[in-house]
Amino acid sequence: MRKVAIYGKGGIGKSTTTQNTVAGLVAMGKKVMVVGCDPKADSTRLLLGGLAQKSVLDTLREEGEDVELDDLRKLGYGGTWCVESGGPEPGVGCAGRGIITSINMLEQLGAYAPSEGLDYAFYDVLGDVVCGGFAMPIRDGKAEEIYIVVSGEMMAMYAANNICKGIMKFAQSGKVRLGGLICNSRAVDNEREMIEELAKKIGTQMISFVPRDNDVQRAEINRKTVIEWNPEVKQADAYRDLAKAIDQNQNFVIPKPLAIEELEQLLLDYGLMEA
Amino acid sequence: MATAKKKLVQWEPTDIKKELLKKYPPKVARRRAKQILINEALENTTPEIVANVRTIPGIISMRGCTYAGCKGVIMGPTRDIVNLVHGPIGCSFYAWLTRRNQTDAGVDGENYMTYCFSTDMQDSDIIFGGEKKLAQAVQEIYDLFHPKAITIFATCPVGLIGDDIHNVARTMKEKFGDCNVFAFSCEGYKGVSQSAGHHIANNQVFTHMVGENNEEKAGEYKINLLGEYNIGGDGFEIDRILKKCGITTISTFSGNSTYDQFASAHMADLSCVMCHRSINYVADMMETKFGIPWIKVNFIGAKSTAKSLRKIAEYFGDQVLIDRVEAVIAEEMPAVDAVREEVLPRTTGKTAMIFVGGSRAHHYQDLFAEMGMKTISAGYEFAHRDDYEGREVIPFLKVDADSRNIEELEVEADPERFKARKTPQEYKQLEEAGYKFKEYDGIMPDMEKGALVIDDLNQYEAEKLVELMKPDIFCAGIKEKYSIQKLGVPMKQLHSYDSGGPYAGFRGAVNFYQEIDRLVNSKVWSYMKAPWQESPELSATYVWE
Repeated sequence: MRKVAIYGKGGIGKSTTTQNTVAGLVAMGKKVMVVGCDPKADSTRLLLGGLAQKSVLDTLREEGEDVELDDLRKLGYGGTWCVESGGPEPGVGCAGRGIITSINMLEQLGAYAPSEGLDYAFYDVLGDVVCGGFAMPIRDGKAEEIYIVVSGEMMAMYAANNICKGIMKFAQSGKVRLGGLICNSRAVDNEREMIEELAKKIGTQMISFVPRDNDVQRAEINRKTVIEWNPEVKQADAYRDLAKAIDQNQNFVIPKPLAIEELEQLLLDYGLMEA
Repeated sequence: MATAKKKLVQWEPTDIKKELLKKYPPKVARRRAKQILINEALENTTPEIVANVRTIPGIISMRGCTYAGCKGVIMGPTRDIVNLVHGPIGCSFYAWLTRRNQTDAGVDGENYMTYCFSTDMQDSDIIFGGEKKLAQAVQEIYDLFHPKAITIFATCPVGLIGDDIHNVARTMKEKFGDCNVFAFSCEGYKGVSQSAGHHIANNQVFTHMVGENNEEKAGEYKINLLGEYNIGGDGFEIDRILKKCGITTISTFSGNSTYDQFASAHMADLSCVMCHRSINYVADMMETKFGIPWIKVNFIGAKSTAKSLRKIAEYFGDQVLIDRVEAVIAEEMPAVDAVREEVLPRTTGKTAMIFVGGSRAHHYQDLFAEMGMKTISAGYEFAHRDDYEGREVIPFLKVDADSRNIEELEVEADPERFKARKTPQEYKQLEEAGYKFKEYDGIMPDMEKGALVIDDLNQYEAEKLVELMKPDIFCAGIKEKYSIQKLGVPMKQLHSYDSGGPYAGFRGAVNFYQEIDRLVNSKVWSYMKAPWQESPELSATYVWE
């Protein structure tokens, strides 16, 4: 089983990209589990067709420790297992600790056991690696490969670089490696070249370039992944390509994060060239 | 005999300091060197020591945490306030009745000290926040006990997840109407040591309780006893003596105290400070807000007790009181002297080391001196520079991030209740006669030249110090108890008094003389070495060799 975590700046499209990619993997015949690590609990909406799912932490709170695996996960599109970690309402408690608790609970209940026959476990993680809890999926060999969703906007690249610092720290003591950057296009000038260059500088690859397309929104409004909503559209191919690229990926590295000056220079060289 | 063999090598203080620092990496040694001082009498000033700074990570400190100082030391000895700890259960359990502060439940019998109150935080309370559970716990306490007050203590996780305990306290107080609820942001990690916890606790006590009860209190010569925590019944003995002298204790902060004592503290006419470290700022605030002057006292040691009583009497300046104090001293001293003279031949010339608290390391030197014993090294766990060098250094104390972290209350004179206790003329007269208000010279002027003064001593240095200087007795806390005894040196706990006490006042002095005599003259320590460690194995040779 391959254990994959998707990180990236908030609002960059992690959940959308993850679910669409998983749909691509499912189309290839893979068995996948998606673990949403966001207190908003909206990481599996497209796979479940909008079905509200009770989060692991809510279930634990209501039913105590005596829970079964099937209380925590739900079958979604193409036989994917969907789990939402959940967490506190904004401004109280500790969401990071929540992620630690729910992943531990899944492990204890055997969600990752070989008998489950999983090919992939995906962690969709909230925003930046702000504290220990949000680093949980990349600690202790939980996720072994990381993909960072990024765009050609400065703050997205800055966040990606920051996440690399987190990965570097845990890579030195564990098995976690960076698998590549996924460019979720915002139609910024020279975006592809710039992200390719950023990837090169960090020591990894841009594994896929996902173009901006309104079909993603159309599928989302129907509570579906693009592949489920309309497998014929061009955007479905983009996600199938991404799924294939991840499936065939051999390029796993310990990232070398850039200094802030280098990052700014990159923008000057590419982004603002014509200005 | 083992005792005859030791002390062959006489170490110079400078050599000992060098030995203590030898094992440290250069940077650590440099920092520690400023906290280890060889006491010397400089012409006009006391040598400068570094104190109240963070312990260097990796060093096994004797210190406690901020929560321990707040919950355990200051609020722990109060009997009719329910102390609720918001946190995981261990923080409550290990702070439950561990300080041996005794209490007299009084006529009302209201005593919650034997209870252990905790919100027992679980994983889910950390994740989803613990405020609701806290409010529920406060409600439950109110319903069960109807106490006068409920106080809430923050533990480390509460600070991390940001539960607003003060808001919960405010809401519940308004809801109840007849129960004072307030909270302490005393997360364990907050300060350098427990000293920060004392300050946080005292600030809240001053803000939320002092001055609540304006009823006139009966009695003459009304005083507050600040910084006396009734360990092993010390406070009982002091109360006995004060009562005998006709002095009325309005409040004790906080040994065997009650809610009403705090609430009425502003009705006293003099504040007497025992533990300067933990409470001098409260004495200052009482003076600023209500006009109550303060003096430093010490009831540890028979002579010191007599001196302190005379100082109180002199303040009130009433011949009746002065005579009564003299009569009490004259009545109490013979019993003390009898025991002292009995142990003196056995204790004279023995040496002691004291590493406790913020005042105890100073106060107990008086008791040892009465027994003819010399304190060769001493220091505090959590004191500040003024406790070492005297209050005149206070304006020059360096403010750092840690001290800024602890709130300093801004207090001004109470428009209605401020009352000067004496006329400026009377104060002037007293001072001209040599009477000293708000004065504390610290530990160093009272120690011998060449004695080692060490701040925040640690496990390694303690063992090294004992090995090099071989004191006849070592005084510290429970954490040091057994490691010191393993070195073959008797150890007396001066935080909790082991199972003994009281040691304050006249009867306390007698207890102490007897206890120390028993410890330093025990033969048991000479049997520490197994026979084969003393004399080598028998050796033999083959006849044909």
